[in-house]
Amino acid sequence: MENIRYDLIAALPEIVIVSMAMLILLADLFLKNANRIAIYGLAQLTLLVAAYITFTTHAPSVTYAFTGTFVDDAMADVLKLMTYLGTSLIFVYTRQYIQQRDMFRGEFYALVLFSVVGMMIMISGQSMLTLYVGLELLSLSLYALVALDRDNARATEAAMKYFVLGALASGMLLYGMSMIYGMTGSLNISEINTALMGGGGNHAVLILGLVFIVAGLAFKLGAVPFQMWVPDVYEGSPTAITMLISSVPKLAAFAFVIRILVQGLPTLIVDWQQMLMIMAVLSIIIGNITAIAQTNLKRMLAYSTISHIGFVLYGLMSASMNGFVYALFYVVSYVLMTLAGFGIVILLSRKGFEADKLDDLKGLNQRSPWHAFLMLIVMFSMAGIPPTLGFYAKFTVLQAALQAGYLWLVVFAVLMAVIGAYYYLRVIKLMYFDEPVDHSPIESPIDMRIVLGMNAIGLLVIGLMPQSLMEFCAYAITRSLS
Amino acid sequence: MVDYFIQHILSFSIWVPVLAGLVVLATSNESKPNNTRWLALVGSLISFLVTIPLYTHFNFADGGFQFQEGFRWIPAFNINYHLGVDGIAIPLILLTSFTTVIVIISAWEVIEKRVAQYMACFLIMSGLMIGVFSALDAILYYVFWEAMLIPLFLVIGIWGGSNRVYATIKFFLYTLLGSLLMLVAFIYLYLSTGSFEITEFYKFAMPLNVQVLIFIAFFAAFAVKIPMWPVHTWLPDAHVEAPTGGSVVLAAIALKLGGYSFLRFAMPIAPDAAHHLSGYMIALSLIAIVYIALVALVQKDMKKLIAYSSISHMGFVTLGFFIFNNLGVEGAIVQMVSHGFISTAMFLCVGVLYERVHSRQIESYGGVANTMPMFAGFAVLFAMANSGLPGTSGFVGEFMVILGAIEVNFWYAFLAATTLIFGAAYTLWMVKRVFYGEVANHHVAALKDLNKREFLILAILAILVLALGIYPQPLTDMTNATVTQFLSQLAQSKLPAGL
Repeated sequence: MENIRYDLIAALPEIVIVSMAMLILLADLFLKNANRIAIYGLAQLTLLVAAYITFTTHAPSVTYAFTGTFVDDAMADVLKLMTYLGTSLIFVYTRQYIQQRDMFRGEFYALVLFSVVGMMIMISGQSMLTLYVGLELLSLSLYALVALDRDNARATEAAMKYFVLGALASGMLLYGMSMIYGMTGSLNISEINTALMGGGGNHAVLILGLVFIVAGLAFKLGAVPFQMWVPDVYEGSPTAITMLISSVPKLAAFAFVIRILVQGLPTLIVDWQQMLMIMAVLSIIIGNITAIAQTNLKRMLAYSTISHIGFVLYGLMSASMNGFVYALFYVVSYVLMTLAGFGIVILLSRKGFEADKLDDLKGLNQRSPWHAFLMLIVMFSMAGIPPTLGFYAKFTVLQAALQAGYLWLVVFAVLMAVIGAYYYLRVIKLMYFDEPVDHSPIESPIDMRIVLGMNAIGLLVIGLMPQSLMEFCAYAITRSLS
Repeated sequence: MVDYFIQHILSFSIWVPVLAGLVVLATSNESKPNNTRWLALVGSLISFLVTIPLYTHFNFADGGFQFQEGFRWIPAFNINYHLGVDGIAIPLILLTSFTTVIVIISAWEVIEKRVAQYMACFLIMSGLMIGVFSALDAILYYVFWEAMLIPLFLVIGIWGGSNRVYATIKFFLYTLLGSLLMLVAFIYLYLSTGSFEITEFYKFAMPLNVQVLIFIAFFAAFAVKIPMWPVHTWLPDAHVEAPTGGSVVLAAIALKLGGYSFLRFAMPIAPDAAHHLSGYMIALSLIAIVYIALVALVQKDMKKLIAYSSISHMGFVTLGFFIFNNLGVEGAIVQMVSHGFISTAMFLCVGVLYERVHSRQIESYGGVANTMPMFAGFAVLFAMANSGLPGTSGFVGEFMVILGAIEVNFWYAFLAATTLIFGAAYTLWMVKRVFYGEVANHHVAALKDLNKREFLILAILAILVLALGIYPQPLTDMTNATVTQFLSQLAQSKLPAGL
């Protein structure tokens, strides 16, 4: 009985969010359209309460729950807090957008909250099965969200594509897990590690399992050569959903990689390091070069995501404590940049008009100098130009890779970053150097403007004082991995 | 109060213009551009005054870093906000804050759209460039170095000519490529020394092959910026398309960032590589001096001609550095400051004509001296200075470098000295075609001579060009101790013992 109590406390934030998501679904039935805004309030409140619980129950030590299938450590808490923050920003940015597109219903908030629970389980899973269940909860919620706008043919197509490829990746992941299970006799991450340390298992089978697992992970991260779904899904989904898909789930995916590869399979480090290296290099090449050819802003950001994932993999493949810390730092920076970037896209959209073409940004400096300036910061941050956060993200990851001895890979990444800078500069060119074609005023709620301003200016402020965020990430990793 | 100010004078020099720029942006009102202009002028004047004590409180006998200040900035990487200047940096800082005032005045009526953004870009850029000159921490330096690209990118792109987008993106990517390789070198040095302090880098001993790689990484960054042949092609494009103010800042200061950084990073951090590769560096410098001067001769566009002339003159700077003697290095520094004044004046002169006729082509003009006699007087003076006439500042630096080169190798000096002929040829030929002869067309016939504003800035520059030409000693006094220390540092091999 005593154990159950501890178990429940460890998973309290998840329990709260699941309950609230169901409550929102239920409440939605009884609310008139005019009062529906209450759902939004409830959803934000849920995240706030979950954040409060995570924060107050935080301990620097590692706690296992549910017979070792669930873990509550510093990394889990930090990542969960970032997830709440990111989701909360998404709620603020997307409120008007989904209202105008008739998606402002309980389902939206319930599904997003379910996906958040999925991410949290991925973050805290300590067994292959728990991790898998979390991943599926996240994925299924996202498939449904992409198709939420039922009458939108492109969104439905994107959802189908996402689902089919996603299911394939899940299958690969499960297949890989089953091989590891076969060789070690356990699904538990720590037990797998112990079994492999003891020298058990047929190496060839383990490698085969590892290949499938890494492929499944790469699909979820959107790393080359498993990136095909990314641009299509980004482009086809309503921007509000694209924003969700492209941002916070990467935090969970990062945790997923750490749990399985770093905590579960450190004995196979040489093997997965090489796989990550190949994917990192390919992602940076394909992401940066293909992005140049895009005319659709969402597609361009999709390829930009792929190249950012390449940089995250640079940190992970360094396979050092520093590498993991700065990969996490990169992911967090990436999430903040992406949210602000899609925030601007949503800001420029209005009823019946999606500002998802690059040309829709033309002359933004004349329409609204302030928002053009915010987008300027986001773009320079993504390009990695100081004094923005994006610079430190690249700098720290490259530092870790150089420390691990990958001099020429670092030089290569740097050359690719110059190519990447070109398409970010093109966005700035459109905003600042071109005349506007669209003169309609920018309408958006005041709360969104304020939060978006803080988000983008935050990239600059953290860029000037990155120490706290670095320490935050270092705390998460060093307390959880020993 | 005064003590506090002097202790933190470098921070003030950097952040006062940046703050002024932000205030200009925040208080801007498109319908009242004059308020913005006056505010920007006051901001730039205060920023200039703030930097003056750097000269008056400078200890001329000390060749080390002065006015040092700092605090721990990013302890995770041992990165410090560490500022300090020596006799090489101070003249360039003063040049920067002075040029900003000139740029603000020169833009007065010329810039009509988005005045506040224009003024703010230059004020912020001024602060960032002073930051580059005064940073003693590699990452702090890098942040300033990259951040200053952003306003310059916008200045060329927003207010530039017809082909501005191509020019500004080319400029940005060229510089970024070099800078990122330098960043890799910084990270390597950090991993070896555990610090980003430049003075720690100075002490770190490396075998020659490592030094050569480090030197090449730095070279990629600085050679693009200076620019040296053959990575100079971005400069003529950027100059031609940039608005007058942009061209002035590019030529007067941005190019000096590259020259300064050779002295601050590449040479003292990898001295053996610098000696080892000096032959190549001298060859590249001489090619720039001679070949680019010939290229300048055939230009039809005045701004392009001055841009090529800048590259040729910066060839003297790199030549001066890599002959490793006092005369050479000091001459190079004098040349940098002098070129700052002269190129500013030359671009302003083209700006004066361009505002009136809207053409930069030499063939659109002829006989301008008839309608603008006062302007012609200034233009001829600056043209003489550009071709290195004794008595003007252009002569001093070139002469010192040539003297320094003779000590090393007669042929270096001989080739470098040809610039006195080529420089005179391309500059004076342009002056002849633009200013003398018959009045070419009705545009020229309708020209009005300088207004008070234009007269003021050209007169100030003319005085400075002559003053530095006749009495360069205040400048050389300032650099003397630093250069001596720099050269003795450079003479010590940093190869690990036993190699």
